[in-house]
Amino acid sequence: MSIDIEGVSKTFGGFAALSDVSLKVPSGELVALLGPSGSGKTSLLRIIAGLETPDSGRILFNGVEATKRQVQERQVGFVFQHYALFRHMTVFENIAFGLTVKPRKERPGKKEIRDKVLTLLKLIQLEQLADRYPAQLSGGQRQRVALARALAVEPQVLLLDEPFGALDAKVRVELRRWLRRLHDEIHVTSVFVTHDQEEALEVADRIVVMNQGRIEQQGTPSEVYDRPATPFVFDFLGNVNLFQGRAHKGTVQMGGVSLSSPEHASANDAPAVGYVRSHDIAIERESTDPGSMQAQVRYLLSVGPLVRVDLTLPEGDRTIEVDLPREEADRLQLTIGEKVYARARKMRVFVDDYQI
Amino acid sequence: MHVTRNHKNSGTVSEPAWVRYLLLTVALAFLALFLLMPLAAVFAQALEKGWQAYVEALKEPDTLSAIRLTLITAAVCVPANLFFGIVASWAIAKFSFPGKSFLITLIDLPFSVSPVVSGLIYVLIFGLQGWLGPWLQAHDIKIIFAVPGIILATVFVTFPFIARELIPLMESQGREEEEAALTLGASGLQTFFRVTFPNIKWGILYGVILCNARAMGEFGAVSVVSGHVRGSTNTIPLQVEILYNEYSYAAAFAVASILALLALVTLAVKTVAEWKMHQTVPVADKER
Repeated sequence: MSIDIEGVSKTFGGFAALSDVSLKVPSGELVALLGPSGSGKTSLLRIIAGLETPDSGRILFNGVEATKRQVQERQVGFVFQHYALFRHMTVFENIAFGLTVKPRKERPGKKEIRDKVLTLLKLIQLEQLADRYPAQLSGGQRQRVALARALAVEPQVLLLDEPFGALDAKVRVELRRWLRRLHDEIHVTSVFVTHDQEEALEVADRIVVMNQGRIEQQGTPSEVYDRPATPFVFDFLGNVNLFQGRAHKGTVQMGGVSLSSPEHASANDAPAVGYVRSHDIAIERESTDPGSMQAQVRYLLSVGPLVRVDLTLPEGDRTIEVDLPREEADRLQLTIGEKVYARARKMRVFVDDYQI
Repeated sequence: MHVTRNHKNSGTVSEPAWVRYLLLTVALAFLALFLLMPLAAVFAQALEKGWQAYVEALKEPDTLSAIRLTLITAAVCVPANLFFGIVASWAIAKFSFPGKSFLITLIDLPFSVSPVVSGLIYVLIFGLQGWLGPWLQAHDIKIIFAVPGIILATVFVTFPFIARELIPLMESQGREEEEAALTLGASGLQTFFRVTFPNIKWGILYGVILCNARAMGEFGAVSVVSGHVRGSTNTIPLQVEILYNEYSYAAAFAVASILALLALVTLAVKTVAEWKMHQTVPVADKER
């Protein structure tokens, strides 16, 4: 089922959680709503589910208006961050709940319910734990039960609110890969909320980046990662170094070096900010490029497969972060205090809209 | 209430043994002196003239009528407060609305007002000289110095017991389970009976038992509105007072022993309910 969100706004007290948000979720896609806390992503998800009512705007399911529909009629499966399993019911009863509350006419028979629950238990690989209570399960197991419970009623849409947020790092990665595979099997239209960019990049077909109640950018993971539309998106996805400077007729003056930037040919001495991801900076012993900046190694730290290098730039005593692959770092054999050259392999320049 | 017991025997953080025993002895001695002894005294006095006299005292018609009235009062008050208590705490714990804190204050009002004053309020409203008195008399409806007045006063006094018990419990459980039930297609009633109620049933039982104990034992408010008509508008506590003032100590203590028994039952149920509540509550969203 496709979802259309048209001009949805919502305020809580004086706080604008969503302002005029429009979004299309095509049928069968797995979409991530990505943003920092307070960006409105959870509010949007709850509005799709019918757990909140928008102040204005419409929600359409398959092109049919659903804004006024009750939660129960929307046929959505909702997975909560803290699982929200029924604590007084066993795993089996939890998963069967949605089937047992159906009106008598639609309710499947006892045996059918049993078969269905057992199939789902198999799907989440928890067949042995059917008689346990939620309190007796680990976090990852609980979240899988919550997912099975939502899937039992065969929802048209699956909505997941920070589904892996409360899990520890390893379980989180396992479970999100499992969710991706599951989605490839059952293809139910899914929207999940996350503040973890890595999670969104890995799992989603499409990412919707939200900030302060608005959509900053939407696109495939590689689109938003490689071509961030706004400084916010650039900043939010990955480690970024900022370079303040000025753009003038296709050239950008930044950090004592001058770079050509043809897309800002019309800029007339406007303030500009260059964004460079920490892995897009090369460290060299010799200046090989007019864009190279002199710098001093301030700190070295091995982080798994990467070595993080903090460089101090001479002007303004600024520090930039560089992530080097381990081999590269081994080859360079950097020492703290050493003078080197840093060169941005890729820089994205944003010029302030207003002209001075 | 939820204490971790890991440090139970770790000598380094605990007081010396003699301090612990001293504190324990003081606490127990105090309890024995001020709680257990009077309770024992009630039963001792009641049975002073033997079992036969005890039973005779309870079989006295005025006493039987007092017991009956007390049971009727509790039978009306407890269900009424159960219903309003659940409705009010549901509203307070699960929704946000303007005037919420005012409602909470209002629920607490009977706790902060002296029961005598609550009785007087009803006299002021329904009494002969009260606002509605003349109208009630014209239509031959008796409230003050009659059973309805006693019930009204008792409902007022016992109102907070169930709501006060349920509000913190329901607030701590949050809304998520109910929301989950709704998204799974459950109706409002199904959600209440299959998700909310099982989570709060021990809290409800505890509230009901406290409410019942107070409804049966209420003296002040009932005393004001009852009129002390023997065999007609006397409840157990009022009957105890009358017997006591007439120097029939054995009879007074015999009737009082019913209330004391009720207190013991209340304590037992309370203990079970708390234990059960403890089992069901703290599992919400902790990692194992």
